[in-house]
Amino acid sequence: MKPTDISAPDYLHKVVDCQWACPAHTPVPEYIRQIAAGDFAAAYLLNWRSNVFPGILGRVCDRPCEPACRRGRVDKEPVAICRLKRVAADFKEDIHERLPKAPTVKNGKRIACVGAGPASLTVARDLAVQGYSVTVFDSGQSAGGMMRSQIPKFRLPDSVIDEECGYIAGLDVELRQGEWIGSLRDLLADNWDAVFVGTGAPRGRDAELPGRQEAAANIHVGIDWLSNVAFGHVTSIARRVIVLGGGNTAMDCCRSARRLGGEEVHVVVRSGFDEMKASKWEKEDALHEGIPIHNYLVQKEFTHDNGRLTGVLFEKVQAEYDAAGRRSLVPTGEPDVHMECDEVLLAIGQENAFTWIERDIGVEFDRWGMPVLDRTTLQSTLPRVFFGGDAALGPKNIITAVAQGHDAAISIDLFCRNEPLTNRPGPLVNLVSQKMGIHEWSYDNKVSEEARRKVPVKTLEDALKDIKLEFELGYDLKLACGETERCLNCDVATIFTPKLCIECDACVDICPTECITFTANGEEEALRGRLKAPSRNAEQSLYLAEGLKTGRVMVKDENVCLHCGMCAERCPTGAWDMQKFTIDVAQAGAEAPRS
Amino acid sequence: MTYLAKPKLLSADAPKNALGYTRRDYEGAISTLCAGCGHDSISASIVQACFDLDIEPHRVAKLSGIGCSSKTPDYFLGNSHGFNSVHGRMPSVLTGAALANRNLLYLGVSGDGDSASIGIGQFAHAMRRGVNMTYIVENNGVYGLTKGQFSATADKGSKSKKGVLNSDSPIDLAALALQLGATYVARSFSGDKEQLVPLIKGALRHNGPALIDVLSPCVTFNNHGGSTRSYDYVRQHNEAVNRVEVILPRDPIETSYPPGSLRRIVQHDGSILHLRKLDVDYDPSDRIGAINHLQERQALGEIVTGLLYVDSSAQDMHSHLNTVEKPLNQLGDAYLCPGSRALDALNALLR
Repeated sequence: MKPTDISAPDYLHKVVDCQWACPAHTPVPEYIRQIAAGDFAAAYLLNWRSNVFPGILGRVCDRPCEPACRRGRVDKEPVAICRLKRVAADFKEDIHERLPKAPTVKNGKRIACVGAGPASLTVARDLAVQGYSVTVFDSGQSAGGMMRSQIPKFRLPDSVIDEECGYIAGLDVELRQGEWIGSLRDLLADNWDAVFVGTGAPRGRDAELPGRQEAAANIHVGIDWLSNVAFGHVTSIARRVIVLGGGNTAMDCCRSARRLGGEEVHVVVRSGFDEMKASKWEKEDALHEGIPIHNYLVQKEFTHDNGRLTGVLFEKVQAEYDAAGRRSLVPTGEPDVHMECDEVLLAIGQENAFTWIERDIGVEFDRWGMPVLDRTTLQSTLPRVFFGGDAALGPKNIITAVAQGHDAAISIDLFCRNEPLTNRPGPLVNLVSQKMGIHEWSYDNKVSEEARRKVPVKTLEDALKDIKLEFELGYDLKLACGETERCLNCDVATIFTPKLCIECDACVDICPTECITFTANGEEEALRGRLKAPSRNAEQSLYLAEGLKTGRVMVKDENVCLHCGMCAERCPTGAWDMQKFTIDVAQAGAEAPRS
Repeated sequence: MTYLAKPKLLSADAPKNALGYTRRDYEGAISTLCAGCGHDSISASIVQACFDLDIEPHRVAKLSGIGCSSKTPDYFLGNSHGFNSVHGRMPSVLTGAALANRNLLYLGVSGDGDSASIGIGQFAHAMRRGVNMTYIVENNGVYGLTKGQFSATADKGSKSKKGVLNSDSPIDLAALALQLGATYVARSFSGDKEQLVPLIKGALRHNGPALIDVLSPCVTFNNHGGSTRSYDYVRQHNEAVNRVEVILPRDPIETSYPPGSLRRIVQHDGSILHLRKLDVDYDPSDRIGAINHLQERQALGEIVTGLLYVDSSAQDMHSHLNTVEKPLNQLGDAYLCPGSRALDALNALLR
C-alpha cells in the first residue's frame, strides 16, 4: 500500500466524519468547541458561513452528520450535533454587527433568483457580499420557501425563519415577495446577467386509485395540505386519519393531523419500518405522539359511501431480495386489509414542476422533466441560467439545497467574470499543532463516556393542544455543555513524522482502541487483516507512513481513533502530534488555485 | 505520560478471547513511567499473552520489588492478585506465596537493579529451588529512578548519558539462570513483541522456574549513542536463535516448515512450543551448549535472543519438597493445626 498523502485536503477532511458528511461541510467540531467555551455568537457565525440557516437547521436538518459521527462507532449514540447548532442560535447575543456587509459600490452585475427558499437565499447571500445586485422573486408573502410552507410550526417557528431570512435581506438583497414568475422567457428579457432557479419540488405525487375521484373531498395531497395548515387555511381535520407514505413529509402530516383534531391517526407505509425514508428521530417523534406506523401495506383502493370516504383497502406485501440485493415488494397472498378512516393525506413523493419555463428558450429538459445540468457547476444548457436545491437534481433536503446554492454562486461568479466554470476555487486548509505542554493541549482531549443528552420537550398534552407551539424546548446550558463534551474533536488530527520515530511501541500500547500497528507493508486488504485490531470498515481510511529504521510501516486505522491524543502524549520523540485541521470550503469570490 | 485514564470506549468488534474478555480487560491503571519506556511494551506483552492464553485474571499473582520495572504490575492485570515487596525481595515473597498456594500462576516482575544488585541472592535461590514462576527482568542497564547510574547489567565500556565509561563487568542474568538450574530461559527485547509475547506465553505454561531477561531501553537515561541498551543498538546487534510459537492443546496444528527447521517441544501441561530455528546449530535443550553460545556471542558483541533453554520434563519445588496439593487456606484449621497429640507424636518420631 502506498504511503498516505495527508497534504491532500480530502484525506484529513474525511477523518472529520461529520464535516465530510455535511453537504455544506460545516466545521462541526470547531463550533462545538466554541459552544463549550460559551462563545455562542462565534459558533453561530461559523455555522452561518457554511450553512446559512443555523437556527433553522438546528431544528429541522436532515442531519447527515449524525449517522456519520465517529462516536456512533464506539458508543451507543452519536453526538447531538444538530441540536447543539440550535444551542448556538438560541443563546447567541445580537450578531448584526458581526455579519459581513454588502459593498456600497456594486460590481454592476444583476442576478435574479426565482424562489426564496434555502438554495436561492444562499446564492443571494454569497453573491451580495461580493457586490452583486441580487433580486429574489417569490410568490409567497414571506421568504423561506418550503421551510416556511411545509415544515410545521411546532417544529420550526416563523420567528426563526424571519430572523435568518432577515440577515440575508440585510445584505442589500432585494426580496420581491408575492411576485409569481410565470415565464422564464419574460424574465430573461430583462437582461439579467444570470438567473438562478431555486423553485423547489412543489408538486405532491397523487395516487390514482379506484375511489380517488369520488372521495376527493376527503383525500389531500400532503404538501398542499401542510402549506394550507402553515398559512392557517386549514385548522381542523376529521377524527380518523390515514397518512400514506413513509418519508419525513408523512411524519409532518401525521403529527400535524394529531394537533388539528385527529384522534386516531395512522401512518401506512409500503416498505418495512427500517427502510422508511423518514429519519429515525422523526419516526420516534411520531410514535411518541401515539401515532402507529403500519408497514408492508400497499394502498389498493379508497373505499367510499357515495363519495364520503370510509377507508382504504391495502394489499399485504413482503420484501424479497434478488441476488444483487435489490428489493422488491411482492404480495403475500393474504387477504387484503381494510382500514377505516375519514380523511387521507398522501405523502408518497414530490415532483418538480417547470410549467413556467418555456421549452424553446434553450433550457433543455431530460425525459423525466428535469433540467439538463452540469452536476458540478449546476449550469443549464442556457449558459446564464443555473439551478439549485430540489429544482436541480430532485428533492433532497435543506442542507443539500444550501450546498448547491454555494456551488451555483461560485459558478455564477465565475460566469459573470468570464472565467471558465471549471476553474473552481479550492478550499483553504490549515494544520496547526495543538501542543501546549507535556500534558496540555489546546483542546479538551479527555473523552467523555456519558450518554447522549435527551432534548427536553413540552408535555404531550400541551404539545397536542396548539399546532403553533414549538414541541422541543432545546437544550439548556447545562445539557448543552455536557453534550459538547461528547464530541471527539476529530478535526484534531494525529500526524505522524516517521523520521522522529524510534519504534518504541508506546503509541501502540497506549491507544485505547488499538488503532495503531507497526508491521511490514502489503496490499491494503491483507494489511487490514493483520492489524492489532481488526479493520473491517473499508470505508474508513488507513493512514500509512513509511521511512522507519526497521523498514516496517506505521499503519493507523482511522475508523475508531478517539483523537484523545494519548499516542502523542506517550511519544518520547514527538513523532506523533495532534494538529488541528481546518478546511474552509470555497465560496463565491474565493481565488481559484493558480496552475 | 498522561494524567488521563484511558477512555473505556471501544469498537463493537474488538476481539474477545474464549472467556469473553477483551485485551482491555487485562490492563491495569494507566502507566506513570516516562513516555516511550520499554517497560510499557513489556506490560502490553504480558496483557497480550494473558489474553491469548485465556487466563482468568483471578488465577494470577503478580509480585515485584522496587524500581521502575517493579511499578509496572500496577499497569497490567488490574484484576489479579498483587504484592509489591521490599527491594530485591520479590523472589522470596513469591516463593512463600507459591508454597502456600500452588494453584495460582506466579508472575514475578523485577528489574536489573532489583534482581542483579540488591536482590541477586534472592534471584539465585529462587532459580535453584525450582520455584514454579515466570520471572521477567525488565533490563535497561541503568538505575532510572535515581537518574541513570550504571546498573550491574550494564556492559563494560558502554557510555552513560553524561559520557562516563562503565568500568565494571556486567552480570548476565540469563547465563546465571542457566547455571543455577532454571528450566526455561529466554532473552528478548521490548521493541519486538512478535518475539516477546510467545516467550511469555511459553513461560506462563512452563512448569518450573522460567526466566525471561527482557532488554528494555530507558528512553530517558539510556537511549543515546554510547549505550548498549538503546533501541537502535539492540536492534542492530540482536541475534535471535529461534522464533517460538505456543500451540495450546485446543489449537489446530497447521504449520508447515521445511524439515529440520522446526523443533517441537511438548511441555508438562500439554502445550506445545514450536521453535522455528534461525540458527540451525543451536540446540535449546542443551544447557551447557546454551551457556557456551551466550558467552561466545557476547564476546563478539552480539545480543543473543530467543528461547535459549527449555527442559520440558522439568519438575518444580513442590515435587521436590512433596508439598500438599491443596492451598493452605483451603485446608481448614483442624488439618493445619492437628493439636498437641499430633505434635507429641511428631516429636516422638524425632527422639
